[in-house]
Amino acid sequence: MSDVVSALNGKSMPGDVTITEAGLRGMITLRGDLGNSRVRSVCTGLTGVDFPLQGQANCVGEQGLAWMSPDEVLVLVRHDAVDAALAKIANSLKNQHHLAVNVSDARAVIMVEGAFARDVIARLAPADLHPQSFATGTIRRTRLGQIAAAFWMRDETTFEVICFRSVAQYAFDMLANAAAAGPVGHFPAAQ
Amino acid sequence: MSTRLAKSGRFINKSKQVSFTFNGKSLQGFEGDTLASALLANDQLLVGRSFKYHRPRGVIASGAEEPNGLVNLGKGAQFEPNARVTTTELFDGLTAESQNHWPSLEFDVGAINTHLSRFLPAGFYYKMFMYPRAFWKHVYEPIIRKSAGLGKAPVARDEDTYEYFHVHADVLVFGGGIAGLAAALAAAKSGARVILMEQTAHWGGRALVDQPTIDGMAAEDWITQTVKTLEAMDNVTLRTRCMGAGVYDHGYALGYERLRDHTPDSDGPRHRLWRVRAEQIVTATGAIERPISFCSNDLPGVLLASAVRDYVANFGVSLGDRTIIVTNNDDAYRTAITLVEEGLTVPAIIDTRAKADGELPQMARAMGIRVELGKGIAKAKGTKRVTGVVLCAQAGEGAPLEEIACDCVAMSGGWSPVVHLWSHCGGKLNWDEDQAMFRPDNERPPTGADGAGFVTCAGIANGHLYTAEGVADGFAAGRAAAKAAGHSQKPGQPPHGEDVQEGPITPVWMMPQGAGYELRSKAWLDYQNDVKVTDVQLAAREGFESVEHAKRYTTLGMATDQGKISNINGLAILADTLGAEIPDVGTTTFRPPYTPISLASIAGHARNELFQPIRKTPISDWHSANGAHYEPVGQWRRPYAYLRGDESVHDAVNREVINARENLGLLDASTLGKLVVSGPDAGRFLDMMYTNMMSTLPVGKCRYGLMCTENGFLMDDGVVARIDDQTWLCHTTTGGAERIHGWMEDWLQCEWWDWKVYVANVTEQYAQVAVVGPNARKVLEKLGGMDVSKEALPFMQWADGRIGAFDCRAYRISFSGELSYEIAVPASQGAAFWNALLDAGAEFGAMPYGTEALHIMRAEKGFIMIGDETDGTVIPQDLNLQWALSKKKDDYLGKRAHLRSHMASPDRWKLVGLKTLDGSVLEDGAYAIADGTNANGQGNTQGRVTSTYYSPTLKRGIAMGLVHNGPSRMGEVISFTRIGAAPVQARIVDPVFVDKDGEKQNV
Repeated sequence: MSDVVSALNGKSMPGDVTITEAGLRGMITLRGDLGNSRVRSVCTGLTGVDFPLQGQANCVGEQGLAWMSPDEVLVLVRHDAVDAALAKIANSLKNQHHLAVNVSDARAVIMVEGAFARDVIARLAPADLHPQSFATGTIRRTRLGQIAAAFWMRDETTFEVICFRSVAQYAFDMLANAAAAGPVGHFPAAQ
Repeated sequence: MSTRLAKSGRFINKSKQVSFTFNGKSLQGFEGDTLASALLANDQLLVGRSFKYHRPRGVIASGAEEPNGLVNLGKGAQFEPNARVTTTELFDGLTAESQNHWPSLEFDVGAINTHLSRFLPAGFYYKMFMYPRAFWKHVYEPIIRKSAGLGKAPVARDEDTYEYFHVHADVLVFGGGIAGLAAALAAAKSGARVILMEQTAHWGGRALVDQPTIDGMAAEDWITQTVKTLEAMDNVTLRTRCMGAGVYDHGYALGYERLRDHTPDSDGPRHRLWRVRAEQIVTATGAIERPISFCSNDLPGVLLASAVRDYVANFGVSLGDRTIIVTNNDDAYRTAITLVEEGLTVPAIIDTRAKADGELPQMARAMGIRVELGKGIAKAKGTKRVTGVVLCAQAGEGAPLEEIACDCVAMSGGWSPVVHLWSHCGGKLNWDEDQAMFRPDNERPPTGADGAGFVTCAGIANGHLYTAEGVADGFAAGRAAAKAAGHSQKPGQPPHGEDVQEGPITPVWMMPQGAGYELRSKAWLDYQNDVKVTDVQLAAREGFESVEHAKRYTTLGMATDQGKISNINGLAILADTLGAEIPDVGTTTFRPPYTPISLASIAGHARNELFQPIRKTPISDWHSANGAHYEPVGQWRRPYAYLRGDESVHDAVNREVINARENLGLLDASTLGKLVVSGPDAGRFLDMMYTNMMSTLPVGKCRYGLMCTENGFLMDDGVVARIDDQTWLCHTTTGGAERIHGWMEDWLQCEWWDWKVYVANVTEQYAQVAVVGPNARKVLEKLGGMDVSKEALPFMQWADGRIGAFDCRAYRISFSGELSYEIAVPASQGAAFWNALLDAGAEFGAMPYGTEALHIMRAEKGFIMIGDETDGTVIPQDLNLQWALSKKKDDYLGKRAHLRSHMASPDRWKLVGLKTLDGSVLEDGAYAIADGTNANGQGNTQGRVTSTYYSPTLKRGIAMGLVHNGPSRMGEVISFTRIGAAPVQARIVDPVFVDKDGEKQNV
């Protein structure tokens, strides 16, 4: 393998809320029957996390599972572990209708970390980010400004944002711009 | 004169002086002043010239409803026109200039228009400027544009920043007066997530000035206490300087927060647009006082009665020493009482009613104020400010009874609830005869998706003019809204308000009732657009009976204030003239925003590099560093050509075409759409999506396919590769990837939901490079790896393998007519792969080419391009693509549509090649000229150009076009239009100009 680079090559903007491109992540779009035990077990086996409930993302380090739609789950693994994971899925779900594709390089991952990270996201996304509605582990597929994006909370002050690779620069610039605008002071601290 | 009073002035801090300028004059105000109160404190009564007649105008109100006090605010990058002085908070260094005056505010040449007013009636523009037609553009419009109008357009770029903020709430309350506070309190105590927005800098609304008693304490104390309670609650957000701008479907609403207008030198965004999704909305937006229509009611010094006491109580500013009150209700007596308590003189209260013995009139009389019942003002006297009024009988025609000197007139024609936000999304109104006002019909609220109301009006805005009922109504509205949003904890006891007893209002729409033309023609309804009583009456007489028509004809309510103080008076005059009842005439439509909001707040962050997302491929950085001249393709920017040194774009394109045909061209094709379609029913599904057969395509092979809409029109094309038994990879056009993905999902989710097919968009997973030209195979073989020979990888096949250090998928497909491979590698290795090809290809003449060279090469080969040869009206048959319409399939999208008579007609324009006789390049979109003219006298046409280029390969112009019966007219010469030049002749030829047999691509 030759020079392997993520969309923004780890670009970072410091500040009270820092914006950092997280580098390459392994991502597999798996479409199938999410109620099926073989689908669930191959997913949990690959990632070591529980299968997520609707609207949830369970992530530990670079591995995790994110609920994307009633028939789609995003499998997060190390970037260099995707081929093996795809082979394992193919093997486990033989003769079972599903689609598993590598989308690692189609995406960019951007971390938004800091005390008012919630405000930064709320400037750009029409999702309900109130702590009662959006807590650690919640995922939302929505928009950031004019692009499609998804994000979930790793902890109370960290959002992990994914978007298409082609618009990574736009997403980063938007997030950096929103972070530079400071806190809004609307959301209460989580209970 | 207007001046600062020694005592009073709740909002101002007299220990802190603030300097500002008005029309270049240096003036002083206090911290807490509005620009209006500071100007009045400096006796600057005159603030502008009127729109049409250039009459001197002064401030008339104290809040958002102000029609006259508009100024150009700030300079350069902070310039803003049409800023309302009443809602502009004073800050040190503020600069303001009055608008619509020339050469100066004090002496305005345009004021001549006021003497010409007989010749400038309603509908004047429509009547006078119809003929001769050319006069409008060249004579009338330039003159009117100079004479009419308000603020100037900014010249410099706005240097401030703006933003959105998206939030969800259970209950959103607009208006921070006592009803709004009570509503927020009830909703919050019920357990709801509450946002309360107040447009001014202060909580409490009118209650701060009028000071009723609530829960046994002065209103001011109740307000402070309630705000403190709300601030302590975790589930409440409170925002001042944040106006409810609009209410939209599904509980969506806009709040317009002005963060730094009062402190322009501080950091951060200037305006924030709150985009709120609320379960329930409570509008507690209060009411606006109405003026009275008497002669010269627009003189500076004639104000709304409530405004006069606002300036005294809140800013310590008196409008004059002698203030005449003119009213048809008890409320205005409060102004008289306030003024006398401040030691000022009220020569008389002129009350149109026959009887006034409520508590307030009694109090006024007890203070020794003269009260004249059944009287009105025949006319106000003065030129640049009011100097007196002529008293008359309200019931008469204006015969003068007495002249009273004064320097201020405080008028009150009653109150109109602010029903704007209630009405934005469809809330209906009823006419309240007793209180002479439109008020919300709570039986007909704006409704959500479930058919239930999602907006509740509360307090004065709901028609409850008195404290006790207003504050109780607010509390009840907040509680009900919380309950509707699913929160029903017990909120405790509602606040208890107390009122003085007031007598009934008697509506007055004209003063005096029988005013003759002379008086009526100077009785202003709409101050900002200069509309008078006679204008509306004329409109009614001329047949503009609908209130919406009369509005447009007279421009009543069409200015930046949207007729906040004028609409009810205007439609009452219209009703009277028509002999109709007010509710039968109805109101005009209330539309957001409530008051103008900055365009920049609507744009938010979307400016400069954030104006639009620009999609970049993994190779984009290389393009930018190597002379790429870009063109937009959807949201992508693709290199049109790569410029070397100082060569022209045209020369660069020609160089790239020749090089690809003779040596080796490289194209970044990463933007091409790539959709994986997989499942047991995928073949069946693709047979429906494409016009040709995809289910029979063998694994490892590629096939060019066409997609039609269900109406038969060509919508996309591309090469489909069969990956395995159940999986196909469909290439789409660059602009079509998302659209076709959505199209497929639409059919799968809505029509064939039981078919076992999954689709995934993997467009961006891959960087794809077209390696094109006679040396294409050599460079790949030099990099080494998979076998790319003709035998191992024939034309229209694909294979997975490695090339150099890269895992890849190689497709033998060609859009140029040359030997060509499209190689897909993971996007994270795209830049490295591109560089590897350039390095290895150097000895073979490798050179990147852009989209224009791509277009020329495909046109030379007669390949169609979606968007050039198609425009949404073109079917495959028009492009001679019948071969791609499967006859073996029972059905595919578009099949039945192609049977329609017009689709099957032999008379359609069809694709041919075109060669000008003189070798020139045809104009893009040029029409082929036919004999004769059509019914409209236009020349007949028989075809049009769809693609036209200079072919560097053939060294002449080539084109494709759709021509009537084209394919059967080979060799015929027809004429094509040229803009501003004589037509040019072109011969109809085969559309394949180069390598008809495809020998070059098949080596």
